[in-house]
Amino acid sequence: MFGNGINPFVIFFASILTSNMILSNFLGMCSYISISSEYKTASGLGKSVTLVMVITNMINYLVYKFLIVPLGLEYLRYIIFIMVIAATVQVMELAMDRFLPDLHVKLGIFLPLITVNCAILGTTLFIIIRDYDFLQSVLFGLGSGLGWWLAISALAAIREKMAKNKLPKGLAGPGITFIITGIMALAFIGFSGIFTIT
Amino acid sequence: MEILTTVLSVSLISGGLALIIVMSEHFLNNYGECRLDINKGEKQLTVNGGSSLLASLSEHKIYLPSACGGKATCGLCKVQVLEGAGPILPTEIPYLSKEEIEQGYRLSCQVKVKTNIALLIPEELFNIRAYQTTVDRIDKLTHDIKGIRLRLPDDEEMSFKAGQYVQLHTKPYGKVKDSVFRAYSIASVPSERKEVELIIRLVPEGICTTYVHEHLSEGDPVMISGPYGDFYLRGNCSELVMIAGGSGLAPIRSIIYDVLEKGLDLKMNFFFGAVTKKDLYYLDEFAGLAARNGNFIFIPALSAPRPEDEWEGETGLITEVVDRFVENADDKEAYLCGSPGMINACLNVLGNKGFDQDKIFYDKF
Repeated sequence: MFGNGINPFVIFFASILTSNMILSNFLGMCSYISISSEYKTASGLGKSVTLVMVITNMINYLVYKFLIVPLGLEYLRYIIFIMVIAATVQVMELAMDRFLPDLHVKLGIFLPLITVNCAILGTTLFIIIRDYDFLQSVLFGLGSGLGWWLAISALAAIREKMAKNKLPKGLAGPGITFIITGIMALAFIGFSGIFTIT
Repeated sequence: MEILTTVLSVSLISGGLALIIVMSEHFLNNYGECRLDINKGEKQLTVNGGSSLLASLSEHKIYLPSACGGKATCGLCKVQVLEGAGPILPTEIPYLSKEEIEQGYRLSCQVKVKTNIALLIPEELFNIRAYQTTVDRIDKLTHDIKGIRLRLPDDEEMSFKAGQYVQLHTKPYGKVKDSVFRAYSIASVPSERKEVELIIRLVPEGICTTYVHEHLSEGDPVMISGPYGDFYLRGNCSELVMIAGGSGLAPIRSIIYDVLEKGLDLKMNFFFGAVTKKDLYYLDEFAGLAARNGNFIFIPALSAPRPEDEWEGETGLITEVVDRFVENADDKEAYLCGSPGMINACLNVLGNKGFDQDKIFYDKF
């Protein structure tokens, strides 16, 4: 049911809501849990993830189509994708620092963190497995990034509100965060009627 | 064959990516030559932009304190930047107070040198460096105190103020797996820039003192860093009252030699306290100095001399002796170095004599 033929915009909206990277695939959890105690920081991280996802997915798509497949290196794709992501993030940070210093102040510090974010590699692999074309890949990357941003911002907002409340000792920190994430995931299931691709 | 192509293609791809990074590093991270202006023109450095301020400074052998190595987790590498550092980063904010942010303080490990930067570095920090020294001589001064003399490398010198201290870095030995560092006052005179003398008392179970007393021998390399500390001679007076106990003699000795050598017009009274005669050292040296210099008075005192000591000098706690000899606080500064107990007792006595708090300088250990 995946593959060419699905409207790229359906993919875009679906990746934000119904097949959200965090809330339905549970990818990119480490930074989602650890950097979600403050809304401002979480939102900055979300934006960086979105940016990196779009760019690395485009590059990985091209690398896959024009390098990996012609050379028959499919069995090496995981290693190659990770290297490409790491290198891209590195170059992006340098370029951002040079040409967009203001943006670098806001987002740049998150870039090294994102290199090892599994949501990034996850999107690339979904694109390969589901056999998306270029436009679909770009919109899928953008949508997944925005979805990730939405989820971490929502969580951070909840945690910020919750910081004023007393919690049982054993639940404080990651414990309650996982429970909230679970409830949020349940809520996102409510969107599943809107699109049919998942 | 398949193994070969795998290895080859992975190497080629990673090589290509590395090349891209190196190239972008070269073009994007090249900010040309930047000038660092330290302390309003006191020192000008030309560095290649692109690395952190901390790293750029250490390339020129100016070492700011840093424990985390540039990860923005220790907050020690603070400097006041006047211009050229760009906006403050979120990584720095947790380590700076509101006042510090207003005054332009930054973490030097987070500031990237992209343009000319003007900054202020406190004079003391400016001077702090690490030295790889060699043990020149070890003297057994008493049953538990050793004097060690360290020689600096041929092309290096240390300038310090009499009374300051250095940190001595140990190497792992025996069961001690880590390298530690401890502070010891410099006992030699500041004009001797090539050598540093320390006086170290063996503390039972002390990691560093055990290292010095039992594992260090002449000719060994020892790393020190410094000079540190604000216990040094002010000299805004006509008379000094100096009180030391045990290995607290070290900074006082440096001050005495400094005053004599510079020919300062200061009267010096040095009270040196110990328990029995076997705890005293450098007696002949100071007695000789006192005999040759009319403005230097040396008063050693024992709190519990044994009969076999045949002690004819002052007896009693050092505070009692000071109480007997020091009449008033007129135009005097006091310098104390010893255990916290001794210092606190002396602060009381001196306070009763009329010494103002800002005329008493001390080094507790």
